[in-house]
Amino acid sequence: MSDPKIEGYTFKPGFKGMAQDTGSDQTMFKGVHWGKAMMWIFLLSDTFIFSCFLISYMKGRGSTLIDWPNPSEVFGLHVFGVEVPLLLIAIMTFVLITSSGTMALAVKYGYEKNRKMCGWLILATAVGGLIFVGMQAFEWSKLIHEGVRPWENPFGAPQFGSFFFMITGFHGTHVSIGVIFLFIYAYKTFKGHYDEGKRGWFTTMKGDYVEVEILGLYWHFVDLVWVFIFAFFYLW
Amino acid sequence: MSDTKKQEQASTHKIGIYLWIWGLLFVLSFFSYMVDWYQFQGMLRWSLILIFMFLKAGLIMAFFMHLFWERYALVNVLLWPMTAIACFIFLMVAEFEYTVFTRIFYFVVGG
Repeated sequence: MSDPKIEGYTFKPGFKGMAQDTGSDQTMFKGVHWGKAMMWIFLLSDTFIFSCFLISYMKGRGSTLIDWPNPSEVFGLHVFGVEVPLLLIAIMTFVLITSSGTMALAVKYGYEKNRKMCGWLILATAVGGLIFVGMQAFEWSKLIHEGVRPWENPFGAPQFGSFFFMITGFHGTHVSIGVIFLFIYAYKTFKGHYDEGKRGWFTTMKGDYVEVEILGLYWHFVDLVWVFIFAFFYLW
Repeated sequence: MSDTKKQEQASTHKIGIYLWIWGLLFVLSFFSYMVDWYQFQGMLRWSLILIFMFLKAGLIMAFFMHLFWERYALVNVLLWPMTAIACFIFLMVAEFEYTVFTRIFYFVVGG
């Protein structure tokens, strides 16, 4: 989409372009920033990891003869004397979608070389992610106080705890890592590293706004995984 | 000068498309929360959850992750491996049904 042009090479759209891309020598994804291609490959492998977690959860939940805890009640909150089902999870979902939207806009403004807007939107995304992690920490401590452990829980099938901590913990780790990088990237954007082409800390790669897009891919993926966790773990 | 500016603008997308997708994601999330709120049960619940889930995932991948505009080579590299996951799900469904069957069988008949 935003890939730079290569001299003497014109990219054809559609299946013709695909044949041209895969069938020619030396490199695939010609003109795609290597960081972006590698981020996609990483996300593909991450997809398999999360799929394995969710599939093992399906297998565990499907093969137990003890009733599974009702997530609607387990994750319910008591607010102003009313029991609201799944309230915290719903708020977390909306927070994560909000941060995903601000990230998409940050990528857009990055490509327009709008440094300030891009920086502020990355910062907003980071804050959204931080709120999400905070609420997840609250949720974990609440459940641990109620006696949920990886090997037992007061609500039903004992496997519930291990799947819950494993899946949401792994997702939360992803969010936390994302938040750290978002703060770093917000700093780099405000400092103008992407305008000047300043080299990064761990790489000799010249700074460019494509890095914002790469981080955006990661952040949207985190949101994408949450969509599946929300559907299968909390709603099912 | 005006030519290069035009080209730069052509490489990004209008803000409207992002706002639309953003709004749709909110609406779909709200709907999937409503599935739990009204306590739909059985096939209706599962089909609604899956429909909203796939719509949300599709919107995020197509527009926020730009796959809709990406080259086919990348899209195909990303989406074909998903068939392996689908196979794995299929295998594990067969597996857990067999486990449940043997558990019930031995609880009733005895070892």
